[in-house]
Amino acid sequence: MELKEVKHLANLARIEMSDEELIKIQKELDLILNSVARVQEVAKDDIPATSHAIEMVNVFRKDEVKSSLSNQEALSGAPAQEEARFKVPQILGEE
Amino acid sequence: MALSFDQVIEKYEPTLGLEVHVELNTKSKMFCGCATTFGAEPNTQVCPVCLGLPGALPAVNAKAIESSIKIGLALNCKISPFNRFARKNYFYPDMPKNFQTSQYDEPICYDGYLDVEIDTDEGKKTFRVEIERVHMEEDTGKSLHVGGATGRIHGADYSLLDYNRAGIPLVEIVTKMVKGTGKYAPEVAKAYVTALRDILRSLEVSDVKMEQGSLRCDANLSLAPINSNTLGTRSETKNVNSLRSVERAVRGEMIRQGNLLESGGKVIQETRHFLEESGETRPGRSKEQAEDYRYFQEPDLLPVAPESKWVEEIRNSLPEKPAVRRKRLQAEWQVPDKEFDAMLNADLLEEVVQTVAAGADPTRARSWWLGEISRLANEAGKSPAELISTVDVATVIKLIEQGELTDKLARQVVEGVINKEGTPQEVIVKRNLKVVSDDSALMKAIEEAIAAQPDTAQRVRDGNIPAAGALIGAVMKSTGGQADAAKVRQLLLKHLGQG
Amino acid sequence: MTSIFSTASEMAESLKQKEISSVELVQMHYDRIEKVDSGVHAFLHLDKAGALAKAKIIDDKRAAGEKLSPLAGIPLALKDVLTQKNQPTTCGSKILENWRPPYDSTVVERLNANDVVILGKTNMDEFAMGSSTENSAYGPSRNPWDLTRIPGGSGGGSSASLAAFEAPLAIGTDTGGSIRQPAAVTGTVGVKPTYGTVSRYGLIAFSSSLDQAGPCARTVLDAALLHQVIAGYDEKDSTSINQPIPDVVAAAKKGEVKGIKIGVVKEFQGEGYQKGVLNRFQESLDILVNLGAELVELSCPSFDYALAAYYLIAPSEASSNLARFDAMRYGLRISETAGQSAEEVMRITRGKGFGPEVKRRIMLGTYALSSGYYDAYYGSALKVRTLIKRDFEKAFSQVDVLVSPTAPTTAFKIGEKANDPLAMYLNDICTIPTNLAGIGGMSLPAGLAEEDNLPVGFQIMAPVMQDDRLYNVGAALERALHEKWGGNILKQIPDLNNLVGIFAGKGSN
Repeated sequence: MELKEVKHLANLARIEMSDEELIKIQKELDLILNSVARVQEVAKDDIPATSHAIEMVNVFRKDEVKSSLSNQEALSGAPAQEEARFKVPQILGEE
Repeated sequence: MALSFDQVIEKYEPTLGLEVHVELNTKSKMFCGCATTFGAEPNTQVCPVCLGLPGALPAVNAKAIESSIKIGLALNCKISPFNRFARKNYFYPDMPKNFQTSQYDEPICYDGYLDVEIDTDEGKKTFRVEIERVHMEEDTGKSLHVGGATGRIHGADYSLLDYNRAGIPLVEIVTKMVKGTGKYAPEVAKAYVTALRDILRSLEVSDVKMEQGSLRCDANLSLAPINSNTLGTRSETKNVNSLRSVERAVRGEMIRQGNLLESGGKVIQETRHFLEESGETRPGRSKEQAEDYRYFQEPDLLPVAPESKWVEEIRNSLPEKPAVRRKRLQAEWQVPDKEFDAMLNADLLEEVVQTVAAGADPTRARSWWLGEISRLANEAGKSPAELISTVDVATVIKLIEQGELTDKLARQVVEGVINKEGTPQEVIVKRNLKVVSDDSALMKAIEEAIAAQPDTAQRVRDGNIPAAGALIGAVMKSTGGQADAAKVRQLLLKHLGQG
Repeated sequence: MTSIFSTASEMAESLKQKEISSVELVQMHYDRIEKVDSGVHAFLHLDKAGALAKAKIIDDKRAAGEKLSPLAGIPLALKDVLTQKNQPTTCGSKILENWRPPYDSTVVERLNANDVVILGKTNMDEFAMGSSTENSAYGPSRNPWDLTRIPGGSGGGSSASLAAFEAPLAIGTDTGGSIRQPAAVTGTVGVKPTYGTVSRYGLIAFSSSLDQAGPCARTVLDAALLHQVIAGYDEKDSTSINQPIPDVVAAAKKGEVKGIKIGVVKEFQGEGYQKGVLNRFQESLDILVNLGAELVELSCPSFDYALAAYYLIAPSEASSNLARFDAMRYGLRISETAGQSAEEVMRITRGKGFGPEVKRRIMLGTYALSSGYYDAYYGSALKVRTLIKRDFEKAFSQVDVLVSPTAPTTAFKIGEKANDPLAMYLNDICTIPTNLAGIGGMSLPAGLAEEDNLPVGFQIMAPVMQDDRLYNVGAALERALHEKWGGNILKQIPDLNNLVGIFAGKGSN
């Protein structure tokens, strides 16, 4: 894996890493990926994927209103708050 | 010299794509039991699940599944016998889990269509808009940007987040590429969203209020030179918040892209924002690189496998399709095309239907909603439906039919109801607006009028019937307009030996 | 005479007979914690006032003659991965330091409803990623058998608290072995129930399709009593199985293996396994045969790929599950300079708030799910999962339970494998297949390895929803071993009081 790729992953995962950290993790990821890539040896085309160990379908709940948290409870862990809302740094992005 | 719309369509052929997001009107959210009431105090309809608190888990709202199937069936879609939720991973502060629980490659409904009718130079014409997919997902929270010069997101000092909307069930309806519309692309886009809205409303699955965001439209548009058999690069226009804007946004984007191409420029694939004031679009913030959403199946939720028996039950319970219903109502009410279209354009069909259902005559109902009430609404800058209830309108119409009110009195009653003076009956009492139907009271007024104008009375006695008008007018005046003119005329003529 | 060395069922009997009060019992354990936890570092937070108040209420209920749950008044240590309303819940991570959830997990609701007294929250590898608790942001826990060694992980705090007699019961969670491997290396009992039988609501997710909470105890019966309290359907967890839980307590009391077919998995032996581990495993097999069980040698070839599949599936799910820790709504927020954007603050906070192992796995999972690599990595791992399920199905068509050593080695030294992630991952080689297949597994003590006098774990695996088989076989083996040893293996543990002085305070480095 190239360092550029590691940087891209860190960006996707929103994790700030120093160059040293990136280089260290690059080596570790290479090592781990080499080892786990062996899943490809047996993952033949005709084998279905299992995403849930226990197969069930159609698990729904009724459309009923349950009590919510109070505004105070909802904001209890907020690093910052204002006007009953979560206060966060300026958002860069789409309007 | 900039190209006009007409010049653009001489050279280029548009391809449309429409993505409509619909907030379902379920009582509780998509994955938790929080209420979905619009306009609640910030962060009061939130819980560990929709706030994305560590440890919380989603549980699917059965009603949302049912509503989605209804929508799919009404749009002539196939219902997938096995479909799943996936996680769409990207970071954004209005999304509490930093992934959106959505459907990716396995939507609940797919392959449908919706026929829409528009007016063309050759008369009415039907366009078929094919539906690619109907899938379920959840809404995000809302952010408020504080500080900064523009009050917009760019330059804001900080943002405040309210997650009441986070987790409200959304259904996204995506069309296939719509080709061959030519210059009618803007009208087809508007007609499609309108028809879709009418269907959703008839299904009672959503409030479909564009102004409140319960129906949102993104319009994809590309242009290619006519007969080129190629496909141009598309832009995606967001923030299209009314039916009229859908048409304007498509038109505006066609003009922009046409001029860009004509001047040798290239359309870039981007998200643009519709500007309500100018009818133009402006670019959104371009992303440094294409997003990689890393979709994978939502491990916390299980597959949805609607049994065909259930799907058939839902199919059988679907209401009459709006287009069919409109044709039926027009025939029942015997309304000419032009007048029926006027009612549709004024968006008053449902009001008239409900007024009729409450016992009013269809013609009168139509004339009241399109006439007096629309006029008053226009003055007040509101929609007619906001002013008065259909039940009150029906009551007034029935009173007219029973001779209890004259048209003139009825207008005063309606005005009173709109002014929040009470029900029509209460307004009648308060303003003392009842038709004077007591013969003796009328006779007294008639005798007074004759006494005041003896010459006129004599001319009537002599057979000059039209002369009676002046006397009738005097009676109407003295009774404050509360007398039934026909009745006054009948009594007067009889009294003067002409009845 | 009831003491901290009693089993939970003995304590329950004493409470019932009013020989001791819950307040006394709880206080006794806090006294022990005070004495030894500076060395063991099993706990991250204690709720002394809350627990004693709760104990008092339970004593009052008992005095008033109310009918109480079998475990009413018994103290318990709760892994810090489960939310407890208004109590610190950190997952062993800096990013959740000082976070107090506004809601109880379903496991905690059930413990409360059964009047079990929660003493505090136990240490763990950050977000349950690890096999040693060395990845805790708050310093490692230490193995009460030898304080220079690891108590297993991720639930090392829970297992250590049991072996150190700081609590008679504990709750763990098991994604790839985090209940069973710590049980193995501390000489205690740990059970990973069938996936979907203990609600995950309020269990802070590491890998949603693999995580399962379960009971930790010093005996098979104690584990069964706790299992019965926490298991059961919960509509708040969509993956919860809406079926009655088998009677694990009856099975634990029965302990009868005559005629039972026990499968020995060939793939779980050989290279990489410590000699003493294999010897104790073989002895346990001999005992089971003597008790009338029939052994069947089996091969499950896909198990060789389980570790690789696990280290793709778990990090992939984790990369998404841990995205919510973004400094916006709760937990740590670090901004270095004024005017930084939300995006920058997210990056910085996650960079500083997560430890190296968590970052490693998030990066690995992000890679495995990213476009262009999904099919080769995550997609292939899901297929291996199918193969593993099939191997188990085939095996269980021939035998009632499968057995193996729980972990290939006894407890290693703290720091020994800290810089070698791959060596560390090998600890879970025997426990991972059950998580991938969703079935239940138990680890119970099989004795001490002759090389180092450290505990060895014996693992039992049973088909989906047949967790009672674990308890039946486990109880039979335990009874025979206790007879052989003259009581619980923990009777042989060195006296902690002599050891803690040396290590006091070294827990939180």
